[in-house]
Amino acid sequence: MAETVLMKGNEVIGEAAIIAGCRYYFAYPITPQNEIPAYMALRLPRIGGTFLQAESELAAINMVFGASAAGARVMTSSASPGISLKQEGISYLSGAELPAVVVNMVRGGPGLGNIAGSQGDYFQATRGGGHGDYRTIVLAPASVQELADLTVEAFDLADQYRMVVVLLGDGYLGQMSESLKLPEPSGKEFDKSSWALTGASGRAPHIVYSLRLSPEPALEEVNLRLQAKYREIEKNEVRFDTYRSKDAEYLLVGFGTSARICKAAVNILRREGIKAGLFRPITLWPFPSLAIERAAGSIKKVLAVEMNAGQMLEDIRLALWTSTSSSRNVVIDFCGRTGGMIPDVDEIVERVRNYEK
Amino acid sequence: MRNEDADVKLVYSMPESLVDRPNHYCPGCGHGIIHKLLTQAIDELEIREKTIFIAPVGCSVLAYFYIDVDGCEAAHGRAPAVATGLKRVHKDKVIISYQGDGDLLAIGTAETIHAANRGENITVIFVNNAIYGMTGGQMAPTSLASQKTKTSPYGRDPADVGQPIRACELLNTLEAPVFIERCAVNNVKNILKTRKAIKKVVQNQVLNIGYSFVEILSMCPTGWGMTPQRAVEWIDEAMIPYYPLGNFRKKESDHV
Amino acid sequence: MAKGKPGIDIERCKGCALCIEACPEKILKMSESFNRQGQPYTICFEPERCTSCMSCAIICPDSAIRIWRYVAV
Repeated sequence: MAETVLMKGNEVIGEAAIIAGCRYYFAYPITPQNEIPAYMALRLPRIGGTFLQAESELAAINMVFGASAAGARVMTSSASPGISLKQEGISYLSGAELPAVVVNMVRGGPGLGNIAGSQGDYFQATRGGGHGDYRTIVLAPASVQELADLTVEAFDLADQYRMVVVLLGDGYLGQMSESLKLPEPSGKEFDKSSWALTGASGRAPHIVYSLRLSPEPALEEVNLRLQAKYREIEKNEVRFDTYRSKDAEYLLVGFGTSARICKAAVNILRREGIKAGLFRPITLWPFPSLAIERAAGSIKKVLAVEMNAGQMLEDIRLALWTSTSSSRNVVIDFCGRTGGMIPDVDEIVERVRNYEK
Repeated sequence: MRNEDADVKLVYSMPESLVDRPNHYCPGCGHGIIHKLLTQAIDELEIREKTIFIAPVGCSVLAYFYIDVDGCEAAHGRAPAVATGLKRVHKDKVIISYQGDGDLLAIGTAETIHAANRGENITVIFVNNAIYGMTGGQMAPTSLASQKTKTSPYGRDPADVGQPIRACELLNTLEAPVFIERCAVNNVKNILKTRKAIKKVVQNQVLNIGYSFVEILSMCPTGWGMTPQRAVEWIDEAMIPYYPLGNFRKKESDHV
Repeated sequence: MAKGKPGIDIERCKGCALCIEACPEKILKMSESFNRQGQPYTICFEPERCTSCMSCAIICPDSAIRIWRYVAV
């Protein structure tokens, strides 16, 4: 059994990537995720891996493109402004159907913003900040343990579906230290020999590309294949967690750090006899629409809690208000903080108390 | 008087690793010549099965359909970064970054300088035709002073947009590159020199000597609004005086 | 007496005419007729003066020219 260790969030991401077999990592300094490149710079050279600090986040994501095209497991990490620079590369990775793990320890925005944790990149992560009809799987950890577990899972999902998987943490999760059990490698193998660039020896050349000029429908065929893949992921890869939600009358909905605060609020409310529960999406894409619809079935009110101006809120509305079940009529309230501020547990508790009046 | 009795020997034909199909380049475009020289080098060095060719955005983005090796596209300007990723994974493969002037000296300047400065063991073939060809003839970082283009219709004005950039001289200030040379493909003599230089920059990588760079002045009749023959002359009259041909650096590796 | 001869793929030729200027013997010229691309193409009008120096083939951007050399039997 893996023994329990105490580690910092950012460093655990590096260790988990190594456990998952990642031996190539390209990144650029940006607070609040600097411990990841520092950790990889220490560890990778000692285990035959490659750590390289690129000249920009934009160069880094294209180094990821090259290493992935070569058939290797590869990761990059950054924070909001750096992730914006990677959007074009992420679109290219998606168009060329290349696997890659992109870690975003979100910080206050927009613009230079600040270095505190935030969830202001939800739209960018789940809707895609690059061009074209593409999706990325978006995983939202809420603890240092989950940073580790979801990193390992991210590599398997990326290889299985040949796409970009975004690990959407935030500055707080990255900077906090918690005890955890380091995950085991999943042991899954993925054969890349049909497409990886390894030198056309004894086979026809492989070409990794996303330009489809002719015949005219060629690009649409790629898109149809991508969309079919995304439908399959929406069916098979949804992940979420609930806390005391079975008999809940009020459902708090939050991911990542917000969910931690909601859990505290639920406990306080439960002690006061108010039946509150928590629904926590772990995959932000594919969004757990069916699951939240079921969880909200007999709910009086839903309270979305985020560290942004209300982004997952739209997915919650989409899931509940367009459903055919009773959740169609549920009232959805929102409580959020921006600019790197954290929602206050007392404010959430007070908000739900008032629902009773 | 015919020599029917004499035997006939084929002495010049298409290189084996150049795919036998028509290419999309304009009549008189230098890319076709450079593709031949590159595939001749690949044949001679017998590395077709271990070469990975990167074609970023530009007229040569489709080059992987003509060069019979593993191919990879790169976003505009990012080929040296993609090459870095590929080479770090496959240290034994020959990674070739084939780029135009907009790609290498405009949007990709940072990637160009830093891949060179790191001394990535890759080969960069820089086709300088002083214009953006694929998009229809816009001004490039290498367009000459007073050169008329779609985006410098009154002629490039250095007071407004600066002078053209000399890539070889720029990279020559860096420590790591082992080979830097500028050639041209506007006449047979120059083409034969370019052939040697291309073989050298590829061979350097095969022998792990280090980052090797060749800049090749190349005709773009369509973009320049000239006949192919006039474009050949314009390279002599206008480009070579500003972009002197020759070798800037030739480090032989100590262990060879 | 010719030392060799060029083999010109008239369909592959784009009529750029670079070979005409490159030929030291000046024995190449553009055809009167057109190929399938609607391009005039290169023809060798005085093959007996060909020295098989390969200049035309070397400069051809479209690999449309092959060169044979007569080898004494």
